[in-house]
Amino acid sequence: MGLQVNLQKKVNGFGLAVEWEIDNELAVLFGSSGMGKSMTLQLVAGLMKPDNGRVSLDEKVYFDSSTKTDVPPQDRPFGYVFQNLALFPHMTVIGNIMYGAPLAPKHEKMDRALEMIGAFKLTGLEGRYPHEISGGQKQRVAVARALIRRPRVLLLDEPFSALDRPLRMEMRRFLIEVKKEFNIPVIMVTHDFEEASVIANKVIIYDHGKIAQIGTPDAIRNGPVNGYVQRLVKEDLAEPCNSDNTG
Amino acid sequence: MDEAVLFSIRLSLQVAALSTALVVLTGLLLAYLLARKDFRGKELLDVLLTIPLVLPPTVTGYYLIILFGRNGFIGKHIYSLTGWSIMFTWYAAVLASYVVALPLMIKTSRAAIESVDTDLINASYTLGHSESNTAMKVILPLAKRGIVAGAVLSFARAMGEFGATLMLAGDLPGKTDTMPIAIYSLVGSGDWSKAHLMVVLLTVMSGVFLYVANRYSKRII
Repeated sequence: MGLQVNLQKKVNGFGLAVEWEIDNELAVLFGSSGMGKSMTLQLVAGLMKPDNGRVSLDEKVYFDSSTKTDVPPQDRPFGYVFQNLALFPHMTVIGNIMYGAPLAPKHEKMDRALEMIGAFKLTGLEGRYPHEISGGQKQRVAVARALIRRPRVLLLDEPFSALDRPLRMEMRRFLIEVKKEFNIPVIMVTHDFEEASVIANKVIIYDHGKIAQIGTPDAIRNGPVNGYVQRLVKEDLAEPCNSDNTG
Repeated sequence: MDEAVLFSIRLSLQVAALSTALVVLTGLLLAYLLARKDFRGKELLDVLLTIPLVLPPTVTGYYLIILFGRNGFIGKHIYSLTGWSIMFTWYAAVLASYVVALPLMIKTSRAAIESVDTDLINASYTLGHSESNTAMKVILPLAKRGIVAGAVLSFARAMGEFGATLMLAGDLPGKTDTMPIAIYSLVGSGDWSKAHLMVVLLTVMSGVFLYVANRYSKRII
């Protein structure tokens, strides 16, 4: 049960072959850049098609190469926060958030959007455009927009990589609150082990398109399975404010 | 003002407006397909649709006669079914303007659609919006600068269309003589004062049109 993922995909000489599952927890996909973490999220969300594999949430199957099941991204209940946030520049804050609930009737859409505005501390910014608000506010708009349609999983692709340190701290606390409030599995891509260890119950370590290790942050810090993992964890501890955001 | 001059002005505007409307409707759809879809023969289709941009308009007109003339590949079927041919009617002027203006719309709109950030399109999909809804609410609004530019260029090109129109619609006074064609035949018959008036009018109209279009596109973007 929970989110079960088994993916194989080859693109331009890079091969991804991973298998993991998470329950209702906050999991982190961790590893250096270019290891297939962001690609995994795109495959799970249906924005890319795996060559082989299976994606299921509880009893519902969203992709299965053996039965040729491939639910389009529109019909997958996965909220997605992009690395560059992908806020629509031609829509206001409330316009962006309302756009996340296409199926709700108009008055309900507005009510729900206002509810999100309140819950995400965006009151007063409803009529502003994305270029008129701060980095932290943009993050909150992007998360609110992804959550308004009440997804059953939240996927975040290095959402905090462009922020400075104090703001990252604030956003981590915010994400933990979101997890508590919405009570759904959250999967976040990062290459900052400190970040992973602060927020995650489970860390899934990627190494060149494969899984190197899965475990709690403490278990990984105390018992890295190989030199690669040990180096990753150590390097990152030596430089906790890793702001490289090349995904 | 002279009745014939007024007729030509009216006809030119009518032909340019109708052909631009058709160019915008079909050109946007074609530009979207070329920008966002992969299919066999895509680049060949692009070349076919764009080639009137580089061919002499007389050559484009020649092809149109082969296709739509009374004995043309398509024209003969229309003629045998309805007894009507598009040749030497003002619709022929619309067809000629459409074919020469379409590439301008496709080129500019395709580039504009391709420049829309893929993450924004993917974000719309993950938020539950269908492809057509995403096209209407995200892609077209963000590509509108290029789309408006394409429509403006198409209208201007249609207003100035001469060669293909002459081949297809001929020079029938009071029927198919748009401003450029009327100017050509006025000069041919030595009526310089009327030709002069028409040239000044066409230049002023085109200038005003481009000025208004520039102002408007700055304001809406």
